[in-house]
Amino acid sequence: MTVTQASSTFQRILDHSSRADPYPLYAELRRTPVARQEDGGYIVSTYREITALLHDPHVSSDTDNLHDPGPSVAIRGDSPAFIGLDPPQHDRLRRMAMRYFGPPHSPTLIDDMRPDLNAIVTNLIDNLVSKDEIDVVDDFAYPFPVTVICHLLGVPREDEPRFHGWVEAIVALLDFNPATDPEDRMREGVRAREDLRAYLAELLESRRGRPPGNDLLSRLANDDGPDGRMTDEEIVSTANLLLIAGHETTVNLITNGALTLLRHPDVLERLRREPGMIVRTVEELLRYEPPVQLILWRAAYSDLTVAGTTIPKGSRITLVLASGNRDPSYFRDPDRFDPDRRDNQHLGFGGGVHLCFGAPLARLETQIALNELFRNLESPRLVADPPPYRQSAVLRGPRHLLVRQE
Amino acid sequence: MTSERSRETFRHDGRIVVVGASLAGLRAAEALRDEGFTGSLTLVGDEACEPYDRPPLSKQVLTGWVPADGTALPRRREIDAEWLLGVPASGLDLAGKRVELADGREVPFDRLLIATGVRARPWADRAEAALDGVFVVRTRDDSGRLWERLAAGPGRVLVIGAGFAGSEIASVCRERDIPVTVAETAEAPLVGALGSMVGSIAANLQRAHGVDLRCGVKVTRLEGDERGRVRRAHLSDGGTVDADVVVVALGGVRNTEWLRDSGLAAGVWGVACDSGCRAFDVNGLVTDDVFVAGDVARCPHPVYEYRFLSLEHWANAVEQAQVAAHNMVSSPTDRWPHLSMPAFWSMQFGVNIKSVGVPVLSDEVVVTQGSVEEHRFVAAYGYRGRVTAAVSFDNAKWLDHYRHLIETAAPFPPSCPTPDQPADMKPVPAHFPNSVIITQGATVVVTGYEPSERRVAFARPGG
Repeated sequence: MTVTQASSTFQRILDHSSRADPYPLYAELRRTPVARQEDGGYIVSTYREITALLHDPHVSSDTDNLHDPGPSVAIRGDSPAFIGLDPPQHDRLRRMAMRYFGPPHSPTLIDDMRPDLNAIVTNLIDNLVSKDEIDVVDDFAYPFPVTVICHLLGVPREDEPRFHGWVEAIVALLDFNPATDPEDRMREGVRAREDLRAYLAELLESRRGRPPGNDLLSRLANDDGPDGRMTDEEIVSTANLLLIAGHETTVNLITNGALTLLRHPDVLERLRREPGMIVRTVEELLRYEPPVQLILWRAAYSDLTVAGTTIPKGSRITLVLASGNRDPSYFRDPDRFDPDRRDNQHLGFGGGVHLCFGAPLARLETQIALNELFRNLESPRLVADPPPYRQSAVLRGPRHLLVRQE
Repeated sequence: MTSERSRETFRHDGRIVVVGASLAGLRAAEALRDEGFTGSLTLVGDEACEPYDRPPLSKQVLTGWVPADGTALPRRREIDAEWLLGVPASGLDLAGKRVELADGREVPFDRLLIATGVRARPWADRAEAALDGVFVVRTRDDSGRLWERLAAGPGRVLVIGAGFAGSEIASVCRERDIPVTVAETAEAPLVGALGSMVGSIAANLQRAHGVDLRCGVKVTRLEGDERGRVRRAHLSDGGTVDADVVVVALGGVRNTEWLRDSGLAAGVWGVACDSGCRAFDVNGLVTDDVFVAGDVARCPHPVYEYRFLSLEHWANAVEQAQVAAHNMVSSPTDRWPHLSMPAFWSMQFGVNIKSVGVPVLSDEVVVTQGSVEEHRFVAAYGYRGRVTAAVSFDNAKWLDHYRHLIETAAPFPPSCPTPDQPADMKPVPAHFPNSVIITQGATVVVTGYEPSERRVAFARPGG
């Protein structure tokens, strides 16, 4: 495959018309595991090469290390969250945030949320059972994780209408293409980022010095752990990251899950009889229809070689996680949705030091959401297949998922 | 054709005996069934309980987080096996294809897997070892008893030996706010496995957590009171340590005594085998029906110049068991070599230590990422200009990269800059105190003159 073909395949992947089924395009990409693009960037689409780069210390997550940062500059801002930083800054901030989220300091936090998660889901479902037609996205998959992340962070749930628009505009920045996209979209995204940060800074101010509540924002604001305390900028960046990630990814995982199960009635039927199967079903969903399809921006910190190709220092590296998840040289029969798959080491949560921070929460949310949804819906069937998709090629998922029940 | 048919007969109706019912034995049994072996499967184990996991015994069990009997290994599938538990194997009749058990029973086999592992090296003086309060930690009973004693709040614990197990136990003591002294003959903890440079970091870590660390000393004598309880240890530097609990953590002894007269290449070094896990006989000839896996195996690794390695690592037991099981039921043209990179982990003083490769087979070491002062770093080991191992302190997620460097014989030191590179990245000598670990005393003699008559026999002390 020539450079031009790889570039055009990737352009087609970004194009909204490919959103419902990008997988044949990923298969095309995989013919050149490490493909140089016209603009000098590299697209990596095969499992082993992606995992090698996720664990390669010469790959930087800080877009400041790109020769030609392009629109990523706007996304990064001056005080990036740990997702856009390298060790040791990344490690320090992630460690500090993890103190209130998981092991070793808060090992039971996620599991202790189980009753709350069940209550939120039950509440949402109570409003659905009597309806003939529901929108899985608006009625269920969106409000559930948003309620949870607000609660966890200490962001008032009633402010959701305010920050919802900001988050959408920020997400629209992720795959901004200066060649084809209107400049307004960039300006809007940057402004939204500033607005959201100002909003969070205000919330932070209100938490300062008061007896710490149980929410993450309060705890970060008053923390004095072994690493000291985060600066205000760092707290805002961290909260910003968790708010966006916590509500733009799980919604897709739940919706993609509902869609996939409705397309595989045999699996759905088994799941209803055997709810314990949900654990490996969600793992298979993370492989088969991952909510984060690709990592657009990584940077070669120095010259590095992968699969015989040398990527020069400063180059942009795009890791197509969803393509790695369908790589037949790693997964047997990769286009088959098979919850019984063993040793399912999918790339649904990325890997390496940036492995998804919220993975344990996303897993539990999705397990509960899908089990409860399908336990309560009567003979559900899709109204439209494929459903309409959201814009983003990175955070890919249906915009609506209409389901009719008897 | 005949051999193909007999192999199929064996896969359907053969008899496989696995001696050793711990991690390697259990995983091999599961893998044999996964491979489609439908014949009879017998597991022999000297402990009466079902297979359990050992890593928690020096960590989570001693902190009280997990009860000693709560570490049973998960079962990955049904294995439909006959379990002969609570009785050790006492002999092997290779010609007659029978395993002899200590209670006099004999178990016939067509193919045998030896996975008898390692036991704790006891304190050399028997009377001192028998004092109340002197412990080793290898079995879950050991760990359960030590946990009880730690829970009673001893005045001071003495740990003899600062390898991984000893250091982990010292770490648990500090976590539980129990005063602890560690006595180590080498210059620092962990040097035997990781060399001087990392050893000195481990020493700092221990002292920073309040361990009374005594290096370069030997414990010469344990002293008890009139009621037979341990009270004091005497050190080679003339010092003494008053302690009411003494943990002997001096490594392991491979369980090969039962194979002494079997004609296999079995001794203090383990049971030698090829990379396909087939045991060697005493002459170094490979056998067809006897396989070895886990801590007791001693197997050549091509990446390390085909040196024979004995690895007491959890992952090695799992991976070697799978290879052994596959080869036991497959045709000679479909044999797998056991080529996985050695890897192990430890948890001590709040730090996750993880290693890949074989650090002892190196001459230099360099910190490639992170900060030694903060006890968060990756160090790469090299041997004559190529990478042979890496160790991480709280940086385990990078090790896959280093595994790849080792497997591809990448040049040492790794040169390209990384974002988290120390300012002064200079290799230093790796320095392992006992880097010659191949032989442990005279073990064999060769007899005969002509190639047809030359044979090996074990050297027997005193005749």
